[in-house]
Amino acid sequence: MKFAALIASNLFRRRLRTGLTLLSVTVAFILFAYLSAIRVGLSQGVDVAGADRLTVFHRVSIAQPLPLSYLDRIRRLPGVQLVVHQSWFGGVYQDPKNFFPQMPVDPEPFLKMYPEFLLPEAQRQAWLRTRTGAIVGRATAKRFGWRIDDRIPIQTGIWTRKDGSMTWEFDLVGIFDGAKQGTDTSPLYFRYDYFDETRGIGKGLVGWYIVRVTDPERTPGVARAINEEFANSSAEVKAESEKAFLQSWAKQVGDIGRIITAILTAVFFTILLVAGNTMAQSVRERTEELGVLKAVGFTHRQVLRLVLAESCLLAGLGAALGLTLGYLLVAGGDPTGGALPVFYFPPADVARGGGLGLLLGLASGVLPALQAMRLQVAEALRRG
Amino acid sequence: MTANGKPLVQLAGVEKSYRRGAGRVQVLERLDLAVAAGEFLALMGPSGSGKSTLLNLIGGLDRPSSGTVVVGGERMEHLSEQQLARWRARHIGFVFQFYNLLPALNAARNVELPLLLTRLNRTQRRKRVELALSIVGLDHRLDHRPSQLSGGEQQRVGIARAIVTDPTLLLCDEPTGDLDRAAGEAVLGLLHALSREHGKTIIMVTHDAHASARADRTVFLYKGQIVDAIPA
Repeated sequence: MKFAALIASNLFRRRLRTGLTLLSVTVAFILFAYLSAIRVGLSQGVDVAGADRLTVFHRVSIAQPLPLSYLDRIRRLPGVQLVVHQSWFGGVYQDPKNFFPQMPVDPEPFLKMYPEFLLPEAQRQAWLRTRTGAIVGRATAKRFGWRIDDRIPIQTGIWTRKDGSMTWEFDLVGIFDGAKQGTDTSPLYFRYDYFDETRGIGKGLVGWYIVRVTDPERTPGVARAINEEFANSSAEVKAESEKAFLQSWAKQVGDIGRIITAILTAVFFTILLVAGNTMAQSVRERTEELGVLKAVGFTHRQVLRLVLAESCLLAGLGAALGLTLGYLLVAGGDPTGGALPVFYFPPADVARGGGLGLLLGLASGVLPALQAMRLQVAEALRRG
Repeated sequence: MTANGKPLVQLAGVEKSYRRGAGRVQVLERLDLAVAAGEFLALMGPSGSGKSTLLNLIGGLDRPSSGTVVVGGERMEHLSEQQLARWRARHIGFVFQFYNLLPALNAARNVELPLLLTRLNRTQRRKRVELALSIVGLDHRLDHRPSQLSGGEQQRVGIARAIVTDPTLLLCDEPTGDLDRAAGEAVLGLLHALSREHGKTIIMVTHDAHASARADRTVFLYKGQIVDAIPA
């Protein structure tokens, strides 16, 4: 602590240079925060996927429907605790750019399947009572300014009503929140019985099934049993864990983790060069001063630690500023206006960012620090 | 002499050479020197005669190619780099020709530097700094940066930094070389007072005969050897 003034004064003696380097590091960490949030968004909640849930969809494609009759057959299989179905509605609200997921479901088992959706009891009851009722996640309700009792018109390009209309109207009876930070609160859920009765095509079909197993350890066995149950039928299925399903879904836009790691590697390598250059210049122009420090009794190791402390302070300040600003910017919400419903900076990534800052400080300072450590006093004073 | 009758500084058969290209340059040759405790010694000689090299050897900033350097009973060649640094912190105060203050620190912080290596707490360090700066007559300039001080004032801050740990030996490398006559006089007066009133042992390299006149004794160096007088 007693060296703090010495370290800080050395670092900020060239304010413009240090300021610009600090800015570069800060921007890199803001980018880190944003890319972390984008990774989470594109992973569609893989991190919070249920370990005890399976997704069952048509073997050919998720776009192919499955018979509703599969529900009971799956339910009867050993190791299955609960089964629900979902279907893709694919509608928009008022404008094609106002896209968000909507799905018809069977309310009671659906809410049992997803305890992470927090819906007040009165709203749950209202949904059970109202055939045209729908519930929506907080993110979408906030996005469009919806309130309970609003009537929500949704235009769909897939599901024509029996009367030929493509506009479906729902009564908003509930708004749910997520129990976890990564819970997707963008979808709208409405009742399947109303949907099936009103649609003009595809009656008795559903999009896919979600299965909860009695024991997460049995997930692979149950998945195998489901696949075998419908083998050689007209609609064979593929069952896999919810996490695997979400991961393969996310991979449709590429290996997000690898892409983001590649971008961050390039960014941080550049920043390492910038910060390293600042430290190298700082040490070079202080040769004589470092000689004086050694003359008055500082050991080689103490000088090494002083220079490393400077580089760590620079990188640490930049990281702290960048992570804080990044956190605040990400907290401002999805910048795409709906394409990334799950958009947050995970605490684990904040901690990783802190570690990265320290690593950057050490890496950018190590060569200049070694150079300073190796300086011979008499030589340093002569060169000054 | 020290309390046990031995000189504070004793050099015997000291040689120093540097490698330059394929050859070697001999800077000091079979040099013997003894400096008593409390003595104010001036080292004179033309440029390249080895004055600063000799000062560096006595201060443990450099090592002799051969021979022994003993300061306060400590043989320099027996100390590791780390031990040498700690020994310098305890026993040596350096005063440089160009002051060598850290420009980013104010006078008080510059003087405090050697104290950062001690176990003194902040208040104790502050007291020592104020005392050292009051000895050199600059206790009203604590918060001034080097750029806000005149050359003479900067050198006095340099002297305060050299004496703040109460070292055994002060090594001054042309302390008035960059100063005008009046400022140089003030610095010499200060060194003289430190020698007379505080009993400090001082070895001062100088080109200036006027400066050397303030010392108890003057040693002449010529081509790396001690001579009785500089040849014309």
